[in-house]
Amino acid sequence: MHKIFIRSFVSSLVLLFTLTVTAIAKDVKAAFVYIGPTGDHGWTYQHDVGRKAVEAAGFKTTYVEGVPESADAERVLRQLANSGHDIIFTTSFGYMNPTNKVAKEFPNVKFEHATGYKREHANVSTYAARFYEGRTILGTIAGTMTKSNVIGYVASFPIPEVIRGINSFTLAAQKVNPNIKTKIVWAFTWYDPGKEAEAAKALIDQGADVIAQHTDSTAIVQMAEKAGVYAFGQASDMDKFAPKAVLTSVENNWGPYYVDRVKAVANGTWNQKDTWHGIGDGMVVISDLDSQMPADLRSKVKKLQADLASGKVHSFTGPIYDQKGNLMVAEGKTADDGMLAGMMTYVKGVEGDIPK
Amino acid sequence: MIIDINFIGLIIASIMASAVPLILASCGELITERSGVLNLGVEGMMIIGAISGFALMTVTGSLIIAIFGAMLAGVLISTIFAFLTQTLITNHVATGLALTIFGIGISAMIGKNFVGIPGKEFPVLFENLKDTIPLIGPILFGHSIVFYFAFTLPFITSYFLKKTKIGLIVRAVGDSPESASNQGINVRLVRYLCILYGGAMSGLAGAYLSMIYTPQWIENMTGGRGWIALALVVFSTWNPIKILIGAMIFGGLTIIQFHMQAIGVRIPVQFLTALPYIVTIIVLVVISRDSRKIRLSTPSSLGKSFHKDN
Repeated sequence: MHKIFIRSFVSSLVLLFTLTVTAIAKDVKAAFVYIGPTGDHGWTYQHDVGRKAVEAAGFKTTYVEGVPESADAERVLRQLANSGHDIIFTTSFGYMNPTNKVAKEFPNVKFEHATGYKREHANVSTYAARFYEGRTILGTIAGTMTKSNVIGYVASFPIPEVIRGINSFTLAAQKVNPNIKTKIVWAFTWYDPGKEAEAAKALIDQGADVIAQHTDSTAIVQMAEKAGVYAFGQASDMDKFAPKAVLTSVENNWGPYYVDRVKAVANGTWNQKDTWHGIGDGMVVISDLDSQMPADLRSKVKKLQADLASGKVHSFTGPIYDQKGNLMVAEGKTADDGMLAGMMTYVKGVEGDIPK
Repeated sequence: MIIDINFIGLIIASIMASAVPLILASCGELITERSGVLNLGVEGMMIIGAISGFALMTVTGSLIIAIFGAMLAGVLISTIFAFLTQTLITNHVATGLALTIFGIGISAMIGKNFVGIPGKEFPVLFENLKDTIPLIGPILFGHSIVFYFAFTLPFITSYFLKKTKIGLIVRAVGDSPESASNQGINVRLVRYLCILYGGAMSGLAGAYLSMIYTPQWIENMTGGRGWIALALVVFSTWNPIKILIGAMIFGGLTIIQFHMQAIGVRIPVQFLTALPYIVTIIVLVVISRDSRKIRLSTPSSLGKSFHKDN
């Protein structure tokens, strides 16, 4: 009896101590909601790298992975808001409505929704990255490196984000090589290594010698490696999966933004924002350029990267025509964010139709 | 448009490569079902094979250990199923579904440490002969040993079931376990072995995916191929040779769909994506018109538990 009493007394002391220490150290707790597994080595993986940066900055974090974009998301969000989290990052487009709905119920909790546009309540911010800037660089490299003048592109779903990427890539490739053709294959998945590999193989068999992708797995770069053609990494640096094929990767770098926002909550300076950052703010990062690329191309890419960062060069600078020859962006003008956000037409030079 | 003959060879080779895991898992499941056991856990056994193969390859560095280890892992997980359904006489369907859920979960757990590690290159045979014969070259040469094994397996399976004594015993157990038992056959033992064999083949199918087809580990990477393998067994009316044809159709539709897109043929992608399932339904309708044939080829006691009183 005595023993039990002493033991529970000691343990409650320890518990009390730990609680006090954490309370003193840092108050803010951040939560992350992921669409996929943290082990996807793509989209969710990169968000989790960002979460670890928040952790390294001294804050407590929680994450829930594999949350479907349904009523489940609401339940998870409500639970996280209820269990003392001060800021919650919802990292997939489909969480848009659940995020706004739950945000209304918890006005003291801050919500950050990735890739969405709805900010119905004062405690909801949105953020996204200008991945298309990275694709301008990939297009420049692809247009220079191709010998067959056929470039393959494995796309996921026909949404503005993907169409914008295809357009930005093609415009850049045409600029350095007017003879190129971009062949697009829609895999209708974000994530299915087998299917992605098959799509890449089909493009390679049809003569493509550079493959770009807007799906998330490493299967495509591995297929390119096997077939001896070039490819680009998506979301994370995929060089180690295909050292010969991967010329560079476009990485999603969420860490700085996440740390920034969590710190803002800690300092009481958090405010509603709509963030769309690109290469300039470091949200889009270009990995090391492969030494197979000629030196002049590498220096050209470096310069382009700097110009995109400073805003001297814009991925969508006129004149830009659509497939039918209608003017989309006039000479000397650049596409505004509204146009970019809703882009659902191919530019001239892209083959085929957008599937409906 | 000029179609290069080698190009057709390349397409056929891709289709065959995508059919390999389906053939392996289906041929294994076919033996299991022929003994009267319906194991819906193919997807789960396959993913266990995928992570085991990849993990062993990374840890030991030996491809041989990895391949056999993956088969062994398939055997081990199917032992759970065998114990539950044969010794504890649980329901086949429920147990099989549980096995799939279990397999997906545990593979994700083990796999946590193996994400983001590139796989090893798997050796291919007769690579230098690939360009010697047009059309046939790319189809026949330059594949892994598992590829060649998969394309001989249906014939071996067919011979085993039709011409060997053990094959006859398996069929007897599946068609009438009571009679087989009265003849002195240990029904439970036969079913145990058939389940374990099915597990080994599913494990090998999974290892093919994670070690040869797309050499990497990713959660849920089998992507429903286990379910397609199950459908294939029904599609084939329990005939191993028809599995070969079915697997080529199932694997081929995706690849041809991608090729048509790249050529610029304007068929709605959604329709092309749905095509494998539409074809399955059509084939099933055509096959099941002949009810006598269905009755002859379906193992009569499929999915029914056999309980011997003494």
